[in-house]
Amino acid sequence: MGRQVTGSIPDTSVFDLRLSLRGKRLNRLCAALCSPAERDAFKRDEEACMARFQLTDAEKALIRSRDFKGLIEAGTNIYYLLKIGSVTGNGLYQMGAQMRGETYQQFLATRKISDAR
Amino acid sequence: MGKIVGGIGLSHVPSVGPVVDRNRMHEPAWKPLFDAYVPVREWLQRLKPDVAIVVYNDHAADFSFDKYPTFALGVAERYPIGDEGFGTRPLPEVKGDLDLSIHLSESLIYEHEFDLTLCQEIAVEHGFLVPMNLCFPHMKDAWPVRAIPLQVNVVQHPLPTARRCWRLGQALRAAVQAYPADVRVVVMGTGGMSHQLQGKRFGFMNEKFDQWFMDRLEAAPEELATITHQKIMEEAGAEAVELIMWLTMRGAARGKRVDRHYYAPMTTGMGLVTFEG
Repeated sequence: MGRQVTGSIPDTSVFDLRLSLRGKRLNRLCAALCSPAERDAFKRDEEACMARFQLTDAEKALIRSRDFKGLIEAGTNIYYLLKIGSVTGNGLYQMGAQMRGETYQQFLATRKISDAR
Repeated sequence: MGKIVGGIGLSHVPSVGPVVDRNRMHEPAWKPLFDAYVPVREWLQRLKPDVAIVVYNDHAADFSFDKYPTFALGVAERYPIGDEGFGTRPLPEVKGDLDLSIHLSESLIYEHEFDLTLCQEIAVEHGFLVPMNLCFPHMKDAWPVRAIPLQVNVVQHPLPTARRCWRLGQALRAAVQAYPADVRVVVMGTGGMSHQLQGKRFGFMNEKFDQWFMDRLEAAPEELATITHQKIMEEAGAEAVELIMWLTMRGAARGKRVDRHYYAPMTTGMGLVTFEG
């Protein structure tokens, strides 16, 4: 059928192999958070956890500042991002509001039925 | 002989899981979704399927990018409930159908030349479980049907083409029909519809596209299968590309459309369409 992704899409990141390879360390850390023991370890000592997964200084800074838009751009896959969101007390819609540059309340006001969450 | 008795295209929105677990289905925001499944559940009781083949994608619960299969079939007696990073949901483990899985593996690989990754262990998560919750409410310690996971890469590009997913569905139909034992099978194509969960376009939906997709899935699925990932992502959001899995369902379920519903309250177009036979 030929190429499937033929151009950039505004305000959208397409998670391809290059992006996935860039995000390898971040995604590995997030994957570990599927284990309750690793979630506890992260909550207890975030810095030690980031060091153990050999994050770069730039990647560590993105996690420290809860910069979800930056984490996506650094190659964190959205489904991995949800795990670091959860362990830091940020649900999908809070992260989404931040990525849109809105407050949580502003974002909810854009939805048809915002109780469906 | 094996028989495909029905196909269901449906979204697998994760927030449905906790709504079921906390018994919030009757809240006004959720009732329209669950009401739409009342006739579907009645229809399924009439069809009496023995097995559901669930075409879904894992969301980084049990598969990782270190080794990421394009198509992966469960070949196990049972599938445990996975932890996606938010704890394990209080659900009974899923009973598989090992003989059918082995038959499908041999038939798809030898006869139809689909070189699947075969998985003896899969922990299933919302992509699989939310469709099960919606269609087959579980008892205390069991589900009313056996189920087989068929996991598709719709996350890390390059993804399989929509046409490849359609052809996999056709092969699945032939493989089920070649099964020597009497088994009634429902195929579920899950995911979508329009949604985007990242970037400044977070929350993007397109009902017009979603309705068009359901129209074409019913009337001209082979033509719909020529759609590119680019077109789906542009028109319906990056994560809407999951919709290619609905084409696998439709490739397997070739009969007449029965039900159809659409509800888009928050960030995802939650579609539902069923086909009999």
